[in-house]
Amino acid sequence: MDEIVRFENVGLRYGAGAETLADLNFTLYPGSFYFLTGASGAGKTSLLKLLYLSQRPSRGVIRLFGEDAVTMPRERLPGFRRRIGVVFQDFRLVPHLSAFDNIALPLRVAGVREKDLETPVTEMLEWVGLGDRASARPATLSGGEQQRVAIARAVIGRPEILVADEPTGNVDPDMAIRLLQLFEALNTLGTTIVVATHDIHLLSKIPGAQMMRLEKGMLADPTGSLRFPPLPKDQLQ
Amino acid sequence: MFKFFAIPAHDRRLIPEGRLSGPMPWVIAIMIFLTVLAAAAGLAMTHATSDVSEQLSSRATVQIIEANPEIRARQAAAAAEQLRALPLIEEVRLLPPEEIEALIEPWLGTQDLADDIPLPALIDLKLTRVATDAEYQSLRNSLQSTAPGARVEPSSGYIAPVISLVRSFQWIAFGLVALLALATGAAVIISARSALNTHTETIAVVHLLGGTDQQISRLFQRRIALDALLGGLIGLVGGTAIIWLISTQLTALGSGLVESVGLDWWSWLIIAVIPILGMFLAMVTAKWTVVGALKKIL
Repeated sequence: MDEIVRFENVGLRYGAGAETLADLNFTLYPGSFYFLTGASGAGKTSLLKLLYLSQRPSRGVIRLFGEDAVTMPRERLPGFRRRIGVVFQDFRLVPHLSAFDNIALPLRVAGVREKDLETPVTEMLEWVGLGDRASARPATLSGGEQQRVAIARAVIGRPEILVADEPTGNVDPDMAIRLLQLFEALNTLGTTIVVATHDIHLLSKIPGAQMMRLEKGMLADPTGSLRFPPLPKDQLQ
Repeated sequence: MFKFFAIPAHDRRLIPEGRLSGPMPWVIAIMIFLTVLAAAAGLAMTHATSDVSEQLSSRATVQIIEANPEIRARQAAAAAEQLRALPLIEEVRLLPPEEIEALIEPWLGTQDLADDIPLPALIDLKLTRVATDAEYQSLRNSLQSTAPGARVEPSSGYIAPVISLVRSFQWIAFGLVALLALATGAAVIISARSALNTHTETIAVVHLLGGTDQQISRLFQRRIALDALLGGLIGLVGGTAIIWLISTQLTALGSGLVESVGLDWWSWLIIAVIPILGMFLAMVTAKWTVVGALKKIL
């Protein structure tokens, strides 16, 4: 596959207001790592919503995994969503489920048998440093722990695209680095990563990552040495 | 259709199951209780009207009106003899004077009336089938020579207004059953919407993780169906107890039409099935409500 996501003249408008996103044109390539930056209110979360199929654009074309995601029948969306991992800015953990059950949720939704999910979920809990908090409910976890559960839930299903909205916002710098290393490891395995962040220091932590910067709902020129528009990894210098 | 009962326990936990903690089972219990009573009333009245109609539609009474008791008795005996010979008549019974006096005793008392009031002689006829008006007229004509004062009255004529009234009550009862079914459906819609609102965030997350409408609606269907079944069984037990109490009191009355107000085995079967129908109605309504609401989300 040459491309995994393509946006053509995409615009997004909520209700009758002005366009939150306008004239977005870019292509994401499989196995690449992207940072999406921009000031608060620039439209990062809205763009991610379009990526993880929570929202349809008001105009333009979005091609996802080679198919038109804008006109795609609603019944086909769940199948596509299972190929995308999402770390929400506000975590969105299910409050009455334990950390284990929250992480197991994507596998259960996908119909994985109970006996087949015990090992991967436990490993994932260990990986994010919450092996001893498997039965804890979200309300009893700290902000950082909740964020790690949210990340574990997003990556447990080995998604083809991982979309993360400010994933390091609530963790200490050491944990932020560990999480980025986790994303990088996943990226090495072939997952396309899109991380929205306004933490400019994170950008230098992932060599080879590319950057898209949003300004008032439009893609702006790149800053620093990162390339814009994003290129496939093998074409990067 | 009942796949949702086989949902694994861990999936069921997606929506917290607080059965009996909410009002839903009790609302359904009250609805089913009232439905059972209304249905029982409707079915009992159906039973009564068909039973009484069947009994009376092929019966007639001949009154021999004659002031002279001797002539009256002679005419009655002759008329009975003449009637027995007719192919339309299956059974003829000339009522003895004591029985006629017993019939009017509730109104006129126990004193010897035969001498003071010229009571007509009565012949109870059981016909081989339901006779037409023309056949009744022919009977009247044939009796004119034997008993000029004879009157032939189809028994159904006496009871027709009562049957008509009972049929009206019967339809009112079935109308109530329909209204209660609508009210139950409305209660389920409100409950399903409330549950959807309570769990909006969980539903949105499951959706975004690739959950289908079917997966989500099954969770709600299962919960609401179980609540409805539980409430339905409570309502059925309460309703059945009341029906049993009323039927015991009606039997004790020992009055003709009232005695016919009973429930046969198939009526009991219909009443027993009401909670299942209630559950089915709740399940379908819940599915319709939940899927309708989910379709509004991308």
